[in-house]
Amino acid sequence: MSDDLIQRVLKSIAASKRIPLETVTIDSSFEQLNIDSMDAVEILFALENEFDIAIPDDEVRSVRNVRQMCEGVERLVAAKAAAAPKP
Amino acid sequence: MRRVAITGLGAICALGRTVSEVAESLRAGRSGIGPIESTDMSQMRFQNGAEVRGYSHQPYFDDRRADFIDRFAQFAVIAAREAVADAGIEWTPELRETAAIVTGSCVGGQSTEDIGFQEVYKLGHNRVHPLTIPKTMANAGASHISMEFGITGPSFTIATACSSSGHAIGQAFQMIRTGQTDLALAGGSEATFSFGILKAWEAMRVVSPDTCRPFSKDRRGMILGEGGAMLVLEPFEAALARGARIHAEIVGFGMSSDACHITQPSAEGAARAMRAALRDAGLRPEQVGYINAHGTGTAANDSSETAAIRTVFGAHSDHGLAVSSTKSMHGHALGAAAALECLATVLALRDGVLPPTANFNQRDPECDLDVIPNHSREAQVEWAISNSFAFGGLNAVLAMRRG
Repeated sequence: MSDDLIQRVLKSIAASKRIPLETVTIDSSFEQLNIDSMDAVEILFALENEFDIAIPDDEVRSVRNVRQMCEGVERLVAAKAAAAPKP
Repeated sequence: MRRVAITGLGAICALGRTVSEVAESLRAGRSGIGPIESTDMSQMRFQNGAEVRGYSHQPYFDDRRADFIDRFAQFAVIAAREAVADAGIEWTPELRETAAIVTGSCVGGQSTEDIGFQEVYKLGHNRVHPLTIPKTMANAGASHISMEFGITGPSFTIATACSSSGHAIGQAFQMIRTGQTDLALAGGSEATFSFGILKAWEAMRVVSPDTCRPFSKDRRGMILGEGGAMLVLEPFEAALARGARIHAEIVGFGMSSDACHITQPSAEGAARAMRAALRDAGLRPEQVGYINAHGTGTAANDSSETAAIRTVFGAHSDHGLAVSSTKSMHGHALGAAAALECLATVLALRDGVLPPTANFNQRDPECDLDVIPNHSREAQVEWAISNSFAFGGLNAVLAMRRG
């Protein structure tokens, strides 16, 4: 996973939840960050905009922490790149 | 205080365009959920809803009148016409002057608004249709009902999201009970299937990709519905005196607010509303034989509602208390939901047939109630309640008695 991707995910979470960036790490759980279900859908919305991806509902059901969230985004970004027409 | 009778019923929804059609679908456990046809769904993560399929204003309104009335308000008028005819009301000048109308709607004429905003934002036009405002306002249903019948008494609309028409019926009940009016039309209507609002529901990630399976372990969310339901309420003694058919009696109304979270349900708030309704009706929990649950089919609601029911009804939850969610058939019609469910409860009491929870697959230990899975049940129930728990934590529970 690239540092750039991780940083963008952390920033999206911090901005959406309005908490200092330094409080969010790749090892944070949603519970530690006090992220409830409505916070979570807001973060997904922020990530969809940040990475220009669509995150299917099925992808998010089991996500409980920031690392899983980064991994999911990485997978969707890679799928998008693979599907893009070659220049 | 006066007793309050329900003497007229009207409905249009995915289960039928008249009360008898709706009753037949509920009895058969037939779901009205299917692929959404009235909106382009190609860019949507969910595909299914409970629409009034193939609806056109034409059998109900001439073209010019329909120009003035959004689909949601058309549903209100259609249901009100049936309810008034069913009640056999003979209008007098005095009755028109004192009768009340209380409707519920969550989003009003959102499809009209959606079209107007597409004009300016998407199509780059510089003007919006001049009827956009009067078609969009949430009170349009109440207004058009008042014009339909020439009712000049108190008329207003309540917006409490998914509890709207529960609060509306409760308010009308109290107006009859306390002698503020001798006749009330109460209920609600909604028409939810426009692109912008469906996108907003998609973003909340609470809509099921297949169907609505309340209380089932494999439930995956709610299914949106549309329609309208209206009741005619009048003093019980007056209804008896004029020989009206009494479908059921409203005996209590309970309200509460969660004061907790804007979307997550609170079992405590739900329990307080149910207790308030029982207290208002003078009922002991074990007297209640049927609950028409809020039962949205989301993971959070159904387990929370089960916990609330267990808190209020205790051991009775396992001994003779039947609970079902008819949202499994007519979908979640938001501001019309409570009115449709109140109607379903009235029919259950009147006809002695409890409607099922359709699409039920698998028991969930967190929803371990007698949920009448998939098949309606013949049972003579004396008292029932209908639960509505809105986003925003505003709860309304109606208690009813067999007529």
